[in-house]
Amino acid sequence: MKNRILTATAGVALSALLLAGCAGGGSGDSAGSGAAAAADCAPSDGPVTLEFTSWIPGIEKVVDMWNSANPDIQVKVQTGPNGNNGTYQNFFNQIAAGNAPDLGQIEYDALPNFLVQDGVENIAGCADVMAAKNQFVGWAWNQATLGQDNAVYGIPQDIGPMALFYRKDLFAANGIAIPTTWDEYTEAAKKVRALGGYITNFSQSDINQFAGFVWQAGGQWFGNDSDGWTVSLTDPASKKVADYWQSLIDQDLVSTYPAWTDEWNNAYNSSKVWTWNSAVWGANSISSGAPDTAGGWAVADLPQWKAGDAVSGNWGGSSIAVLKGSTHAYEATKFALWLNTSQEALTALNEEANIYPATTEGLKLPSLAKGVDFYGGQKIYDVFAKAATEVTPDFTWGPTMTKTYADVSDGFKAAVSGSGTLADALQKGQDATIGALESQSIPVKK
Amino acid sequence: MSAVTTSRPRVGRSGAPRSDSPRSRAIREPLVSRTSAMLIMAVFTVYFLLPLWWLLVASSKSTGDILTTNPLWFADMRLFSNIGDLFAYRDGIFLRWLGNSLLYAGLGGAVATLLAAMAGYALAKYRFPGREVIFDVVLGGVLVPATALALPLFLIFSQVQLTNTFWAVFLPSLVSPFGVYLARIFAASSVPDELLEASRLDGAGEIRTFFTVSLRLMSPALVTMFLFQFVAIWNNFFLPLIMLRSEELFPVVFGLYGWNNQLNQIPELRGLVLIGALLSVIPLIVIFLLLQRFWRNGLGTGALK
Repeated sequence: MKNRILTATAGVALSALLLAGCAGGGSGDSAGSGAAAAADCAPSDGPVTLEFTSWIPGIEKVVDMWNSANPDIQVKVQTGPNGNNGTYQNFFNQIAAGNAPDLGQIEYDALPNFLVQDGVENIAGCADVMAAKNQFVGWAWNQATLGQDNAVYGIPQDIGPMALFYRKDLFAANGIAIPTTWDEYTEAAKKVRALGGYITNFSQSDINQFAGFVWQAGGQWFGNDSDGWTVSLTDPASKKVADYWQSLIDQDLVSTYPAWTDEWNNAYNSSKVWTWNSAVWGANSISSGAPDTAGGWAVADLPQWKAGDAVSGNWGGSSIAVLKGSTHAYEATKFALWLNTSQEALTALNEEANIYPATTEGLKLPSLAKGVDFYGGQKIYDVFAKAATEVTPDFTWGPTMTKTYADVSDGFKAAVSGSGTLADALQKGQDATIGALESQSIPVKK
Repeated sequence: MSAVTTSRPRVGRSGAPRSDSPRSRAIREPLVSRTSAMLIMAVFTVYFLLPLWWLLVASSKSTGDILTTNPLWFADMRLFSNIGDLFAYRDGIFLRWLGNSLLYAGLGGAVATLLAAMAGYALAKYRFPGREVIFDVVLGGVLVPATALALPLFLIFSQVQLTNTFWAVFLPSLVSPFGVYLARIFAASSVPDELLEASRLDGAGEIRTFFTVSLRLMSPALVTMFLFQFVAIWNNFFLPLIMLRSEELFPVVFGLYGWNNQLNQIPELRGLVLIGALLSVIPLIVIFLLLQRFWRNGLGTGALK
């Protein structure tokens, strides 16, 4: 099912790329406005109505709070499916047709794609944007600037710092120590396997999770400067991570269910799988997927490559961008800043949709300070708040991530079923990604 | 189906007395193949009905029970409270979606049927230059998947500012090339030229003849066309995905897709998506049951001619 959607998305993506290409070439109006040129950010005269497309459930309640306080800048919420499941495609179509909404929800890994297709405004020149920089977790801000100075392509909304979810009860009952390094994790995996369980599930389809591991290991999949993009899916850090998981797979120490399926839920629910290295939002996935294990879980720091280190990875997160063609960049930015920095909006977003804020103040929200029953009353968000400050700052995504994910995922599936290795899959992803960039005339440095 | 059951005893009787003769073996063979055919059909029936059964069972459970109890048997019966939850969620947006779908598919299907009937009838009964060219173009339309047309349609509708309106989904639904094809074939075989001559002699105009005489003769085909178009619009997913942004315009299939997308953030939605899916197939089942009499009737008429 997921595959079919992916294929469909890829097909649609392709046609939209063609369309976007035609539109850009035909009109010629975008010739002068390079992607880095800042938006014209003057306030509009009179009242303004902004269109905002998002898929965050319950966001209209948060927007209502803004609307009642700001009669001159009204925001109309429009909803759609999750980014990769249709909304991004719609954005590209709408940008090509010239009727995109003013604001759109865009995940970090999709932002570069919007940038190279000239789909988002650079709002660095808008009032208060640069001043807001220090309110955000440093690396999250980098995700929205794509590492450039004088450029901001979106206001960060949420982040997904990673930690280790583990079955405290099972580890304690069997006298296994909670692993703090990846080596200890392997040792623990062997003990768990001897007891008939699996320490974790290696998901062949969640390339994002794998990217989180690479992120933690200090890998850099993409780089971008004025000369073009570098692609390094096969850098030493990525190789190290790939080899590590390959060895767990080879020794049958991890299960390999496709993630988010019923079997996967069942494996956790029936205590067959003991841990999950996941992002902060994973807390809900476990509690909804494995209700029978309530109370048995706890959260610890992600295992480290070197004992004593404190480095985390990130999985997921999104920003609110001003889409190309908006004539109200000033008002749109104002709203986006309120939505993602004000205490009231962040609290409401957290309560409505479990959005984990990207600002340093937001990490201390009262709603995040409580113990969670499912995790034995542990204040799990303290662990994630700490992890959020331990994410390495410079990870960048590439402009063709959907394609890269699909290519690597194909290789991972093959590796899991015994043909090829995870490292092979990365090599294949590397080659295919360079091919994809070149075929879209995006400059690549080799 | 009915032919099989009535002829079966006769074969059995004649084949029974001398089972060892080569002749009776020849007669018996169909019995074996019939049994295996029935068996295969039974297997497929189960195969096709199983997902529906699962949907019914899962819809009657609480969110927690869906994952933890036997997927093919009932746990706590909560079907009605689930339906209540569904209708109450977000001020009953689901009912609105259901209404939208009925409007898009019901009205759209009806108008599309009428338009296709008129076009097919004209192509079948009038001779005019370019007739075959038009028909060939329409036939070509059958081959173009609706998905491929959605994007160009979006760009056109953007030009005239009709995206994210009722019309963006409704207008494209009025086009049914397959309906035109079917109407032409059916009109050619079931509306006799003599009858048209007669009504012309009686002084009826062409339009009146069409509505009072031809349309009635074509009614079995119309039902088929309507059914096809209704199902196609009801299940159309890509067009609403591209055209619509406002939740209050969504058809039910697309609305449920959106909810299903949010499961990671709001796990409670799982139950609502399931019960919503169950309710959303009911109109299709109802319309099939209501119309199948006419439909089967129509197929039979065609076969006898």
